[in-house]
Amino acid sequence: MSNLAEIELLHEVTQFFYHEADLLDYREYAEWLKLLHPEVRYFIPLVRNVPRMRDNEFTREQQDNAWMDEGYATLEKRVKQILTNIHWAEEPPSRVSHLISNTVLVQVEGEPGAREVTTRSRVFVYQNRIDDEVNHFVGKRIDTLAETEHGWLVKHRTVHLDQSVLLAKALTVFI
Amino acid sequence: MPKPIDELIVQETGLVSREIFVDEDLFKQELSHVFARAWLFVAHEDQIVKNGDYVVSKMGTDTVIVTRDMEGEVHVLLNTCTHRGMRLCRNDMGNARTFSCPYHGWSYSMDGRIVETPGDLAGVPGHATYYHGELDKKDWGLVRAPRVKVYKRTVWASWDPDAPEFEDYLGDMRQYLDFALDGRDGSPGNNEMIGGILKWRVPSNWKFAPENFIGDNYHDISHRSVDLVGINPSGGTGRRDEEPDEVTTLGFPKLGHGVIGEMPYFEEPEFQPQWQGNPEVAEYYRRCHEQRVERFGDQPRVSMTVGTIFPNMSFHGRQPRTIAVFHPISPTEMEMWRIFLVDRDAPDAVKDMARHYHLSYSGPGGLTESDDMENWSYATDSSRGEISRSIYFNYEMGLGHAREVPHLEGAVENGVFTEENARIFYKRWAEFMKAGSWDELHPGAGPGPDRRRAAEPTANVETK
Ligand code: FES
Ligand SMILES: [Fe+2]
Repeated sequence: MSNLAEIELLHEVTQFFYHEADLLDYREYAEWLKLLHPEVRYFIPLVRNVPRMRDNEFTREQQDNAWMDEGYATLEKRVKQILTNIHWAEEPPSRVSHLISNTVLVQVEGEPGAREVTTRSRVFVYQNRIDDEVNHFVGKRIDTLAETEHGWLVKHRTVHLDQSVLLAKALTVFI
Repeated sequence: MPKPIDELIVQETGLVSREIFVDEDLFKQELSHVFARAWLFVAHEDQIVKNGDYVVSKMGTDTVIVTRDMEGEVHVLLNTCTHRGMRLCRNDMGNARTFSCPYHGWSYSMDGRIVETPGDLAGVPGHATYYHGELDKKDWGLVRAPRVKVYKRTVWASWDPDAPEFEDYLGDMRQYLDFALDGRDGSPGNNEMIGGILKWRVPSNWKFAPENFIGDNYHDISHRSVDLVGINPSGGTGRRDEEPDEVTTLGFPKLGHGVIGEMPYFEEPEFQPQWQGNPEVAEYYRRCHEQRVERFGDQPRVSMTVGTIFPNMSFHGRQPRTIAVFHPISPTEMEMWRIFLVDRDAPDAVKDMARHYHLSYSGPGGLTESDDMENWSYATDSSRGEISRSIYFNYEMGLGHAREVPHLEGAVENGVFTEENARIFYKRWAEFMKAGSWDELHPGAGPGPDRRRAAEPTANVETK
């Protein structure tokens, strides 16, 4: 890929992430669901304190425990639950802001129009609810986006949260 | 200063003071009177499979190392160097025959061929020179929990050498714990832990959680949203698949444990199709049912949904099948842990479906549990005020309607909607808080419960 093509692609991808963050922060959950690939996998592993040379710091997708390890069906249920307006952990709604940064292209496959792009980013999600309840979800996000006739869709997302003990009472926000 | 315990927990009228959820002095007293005395759940054997495996856990606010020594024995050791207090092990898990302190290098061995008792001090840099060989290493081994019990693959410990035997501590509540730890077909101890523990901080007093798990069927409204969405494994409405409707709540007044479950029965109830979302999995559970019918014949057995072993371990016996532990951090904060269990010998499809169901149900990201924690944390917060802390919570529901249970020593049965089990929990909590030793906690003829006078039966037993 030429330098210019790479810059264009990176621009497209980051604009996609900002758009996605906007939908979440402005609580357009139904619209947000449309950005997910039907075969999406959304995975937030547990992090453990282990010696540096060990490879078991993160729990394994579709095998171990995790903060979340979901396909489309459960993500859709999460949205539906919020939209019942009686999901008390999100009622009254939290105030949430997503900051996405440091996005780099890791891998690009396929031809324009049907590409799959893997990226790495940092993510900071600020959640504030009721009076003084504040949660920070900070970490590294690895996304695989698929280019389809409906535009880019999230096909795979892994979030490596930088907390081994989650310092939040609930994880009701999408990261 | 808080009021005397008997004014905080008013048995006769079912009142519980809000002070016990926010007061700093009571919290300190809990750590010494409850957490340093009771049997506490510390680990699952799948975390320490091989000799030398260890996992770091908690007992009250202390951190402990649960480890399997070179002979395969399980030890529970205080995770702090006896020299100057450094947290000896800062990993969550691993394999080591020696723990070496990063501060000055004292090392403790898990190998009985090197030290007298695993956990003893083995190496001290400069022992011959700086210490002139005068430091007696035998005196400075790691502090160990004197009581450790491995029970059906779970590991329990108590700091009190006078604590009753673990089985006596459980009493007949053991049968309900067995239901959760046995296989779905009733095979003893047939459980496996899915890798990794969910650990998260909740700005709530720790007691809200075990109390909730002991039989608070009344709080169903909290879960209306997930019931509407439906996450049961068969794809229908509600949170769970259909369960037997013989459900009631049972408590053990002399022990503090309680459960939502069935009275002892002698014949398996009609099979209810479950986990219909996947034919292979559904078939597995059907087979388990047949095997239960065969295994138990007309012998008595019990089954259960959720329950609490006093003080801070709760478990789900059906689905999701989990263990939850509530570690105190401060009067107004706890750390919740969740472990998921599946049948050890189940096919992968069964394990995976259970794993995914557990995850979407429980934990901070669980569609159900997230709403529980909202309740407990804001109940804690609103007990802080000068005026609010001076008033009482109402635990009046079903007062005086407990009935004796045949076939279960020292148990009472209370119906589905009742606060009897919560009253039992706080009664036992008050006893621990007042007692100076285990002598006062199991007076008379030993630790076991004795029969409580039967209260009058109620006219209608509500069922779910
Ligand atoms: S504190 Fe551990 S060796 Fe000094
Ligand atoms: Fe609940």
